[in-house]
Amino acid sequence: MTNRTVLVLLDPAGEVRPSVLELLTIGRTLGRVEAVTLEAPSVEALAQLGAYGVETVHQAELPADLRGDARHLSAVVAAVLTAAVRLTDADVVLAPSTFGAKEAVALAGHALGAGVIIDAAGVAEDDAGHVVGTKRVFAGSWDTVSRVTTDVAALTVRANAVVPQPAEAAVATEVEGFAVAVDAVLPAVTARTEKARDSDRPTLEEAAVVVAGGRGTEGDFGPVEAFADAVGGAVGATRDAVFEGWFDRYIGQTGVTIAPRLYVGAGVSGAPHHRGGMQASQVIVAVNNDPEAPIFEICDFAVVGDLSDVLGQAAEVIRAHKQQA
Amino acid sequence: MRIVVPVKYVPDINAERKFVDCRVDRDPAVGTLNELDENALEAALRIVEALDEAEQETSEIVALTVAPPEGDVALRKAFQMGVDRGVRVSDDALAGSDYSGTTAALAAAVRRLETEGPVDLVITGMAALDGLGSVVPALLAATLGRPSVTFAKTVAVADGTLQATRETDEATESLTAPLPAVLSVADTANRPRFPNFKLIMAARSKEIEQWTAADLGLEPGAVGTAGARTETTLAAPRPEKPPVELVQDKGEGGKALAEYLIRHELV
Ligand SMILES: Cc1cc2nc3c(=O)[nH]c(=O)nc-3n(C[C@H](O)[C@H](O)[C@H](O)COP(=O)(O)OP(=O)(O)OC[C@H]3O[C@@H](n4cnc5c(N)ncnc54)[C@H](O)[C@@H]3O)c2cc1C
Ligand SMILES: Cc1cc2nc3c(=O)[nH]c(=O)nc-3n(C[C@H](O)[C@H](O)[C@H](O)COP(=O)(O)OP(=O)(O)OC[C@H]3O[C@@H](n4cnc5c(N)ncnc54)[C@H](O)[C@@H]3O)c2cc1C
Repeated sequence: MTNRTVLVLLDPAGEVRPSVLELLTIGRTLGRVEAVTLEAPSVEALAQLGAYGVETVHQAELPADLRGDARHLSAVVAAVLTAAVRLTDADVVLAPSTFGAKEAVALAGHALGAGVIIDAAGVAEDDAGHVVGTKRVFAGSWDTVSRVTTDVAALTVRANAVVPQPAEAAVATEVEGFAVAVDAVLPAVTARTEKARDSDRPTLEEAAVVVAGGRGTEGDFGPVEAFADAVGGAVGATRDAVFEGWFDRYIGQTGVTIAPRLYVGAGVSGAPHHRGGMQASQVIVAVNNDPEAPIFEICDFAVVGDLSDVLGQAAEVIRAHKQQA
Repeated sequence: MRIVVPVKYVPDINAERKFVDCRVDRDPAVGTLNELDENALEAALRIVEALDEAEQETSEIVALTVAPPEGDVALRKAFQMGVDRGVRVSDDALAGSDYSGTTAALAAAVRRLETEGPVDLVITGMAALDGLGSVVPALLAATLGRPSVTFAKTVAVADGTLQATRETDEATESLTAPLPAVLSVADTANRPRFPNFKLIMAARSKEIEQWTAADLGLEPGAVGTAGARTETTLAAPRPEKPPVELVQDKGEGGKALAEYLIRHELV
């Protein structure tokens, strides 16, 4: 059933992040892909959408009182997705697996009577034409396959599910406005400060390579950051390191969940809460000076040693290798 | 002030967790209170403790779980922390519930508690450590028709208004909502208390109220496997990883690491 309409949430719409490019790539395997936004897409975003085969962008026109900070509330995003599905008679909704988008997709599913799958690691269809989501659960130790039994399916998909692939031929992309009414009871947003994004490094959620620093850094993230830059990766931390004030974002069950091609943990013990957010990574590497460190149980490769010595030397060799290449 | 804290009975993340016939194995030997719900219980206790004595007298905190009978361990832990009542909703018809069925059951139980008197706040954890959906609080708010404030890092209640701050993936936000409301608290919101001896002893003999789907007026077709909109058709353990390639750093450890990454085309 490839005559489906698949709606992909593009929020914010200033750029098309790698996770959204993945959704567009997945969407094309299920049917025709259209995008839904809450603001005007930038010129760059439109060009990228065209390259990925999106002919139509549905831009929500919100009531005046919801155009400010309240626009980011998940119940507002959900109302937009719900209205867009009704407008286009769409069959599938796809969004990235951020905490906000998870809520928005679940709420839209609730309003539409649609089955919801959160944190899919892959999306496909079964022989009967049902949308199917695969998941990696229990800290990456089990795989599940679930099918959506309703007509409409709403899913969030983890980053690094597929490699983004432009459409065979680019298309022209048109933006169409549509009115959205929001009848949910909302909290008031009294203040909102957007986080500055580190533009030189990939974002933690989406990076193909992630280097994490733990308590073993003793507060010096220098070697971790220098190594991350040598391998072109994002930097993350453990919750303990964040609580110490050494870094701002942590990986784990209550922090950011990642599944990159390569995870490198430096001075990280590998506690269950941390593992829950990274064990689905394809290759796991660690540097730890304790030969009994629990993280070694889930590693492919590891060095027993001091993290600043090991990361420093490794970064040097990798930089030299890259220069040669 | 009446507060309902939904708490989930989950397998301990330190134990070996598994599926049996595509359902989570709820082996009582490893079943426990979802750790993140301790933050919700702590938040509820602090809100009540901040009230004046007269208001504290009339306050009530109810821990609520949708679980099989083994789920009582989660409620016992809630009693140990100091909640007043424990309610368990159990029914064969609820087995296999997905987000929609679980939410319907929780919402119906909150409504039933409301027939005794208003419920000012529903406070949940930020996620259940087995399902990790982090969507039940928002769905509960939508079903009950109340504002939802989720992933709160700081919480204050004054003059019938809930105030909270939170860190989302994109921003730092301050939110307010009039009560009644639904709140979920992050693991960073507080440090859950350790139960004291007196409460541990008292928790043993506290009565747990048991409700069925019929008690809550839930249509059997709307919950459990029958009402589910998703169906898990396969659950399989991941193949075990080959043992780790462990290198002792004797001065060349960094080089060995770099060579491993280069050899596997990871850089
Ligand atoms: C409800 C709850 C939720 C939580 N959620 C999360 C979460 O989402 N994410 C998370 O990360 N944690 C989480 N935690 C915390 C978690 O349980 C662990 O405490 C934390 O992950 C440990 O951090 P760490 O590995 O940095 O520190 P430690 O466990 O102290 O490990 C430090 C490691 O560094 C090594 N080391 C020391 N010096 C060096 C050196 N010079 N060179 C190399 N290695 C060195 C040590 O051998 C040790 O293995 C949570 C806890 C709770 C209670
Ligand atoms: C590995 C796994 C994957 C799943 N995937 C899906 C899926 O993709 N789609 C789907 O529809 N269902 C799914 N389910 C079913 C879903 O987990 C249950 O419906 C569950 O009860 C609610 O979801 P959650 O565990 O993700 O809770 P969350 O939304 O993470 O829970 C947040 C908070 O809600 C409260 N809460 C949640 N459940 C209960 C409860 N039973 N009793 C009392 N309080 C509760 C707690 O306060 C908790 O901290 C999955 C279950 C598992 C184990």
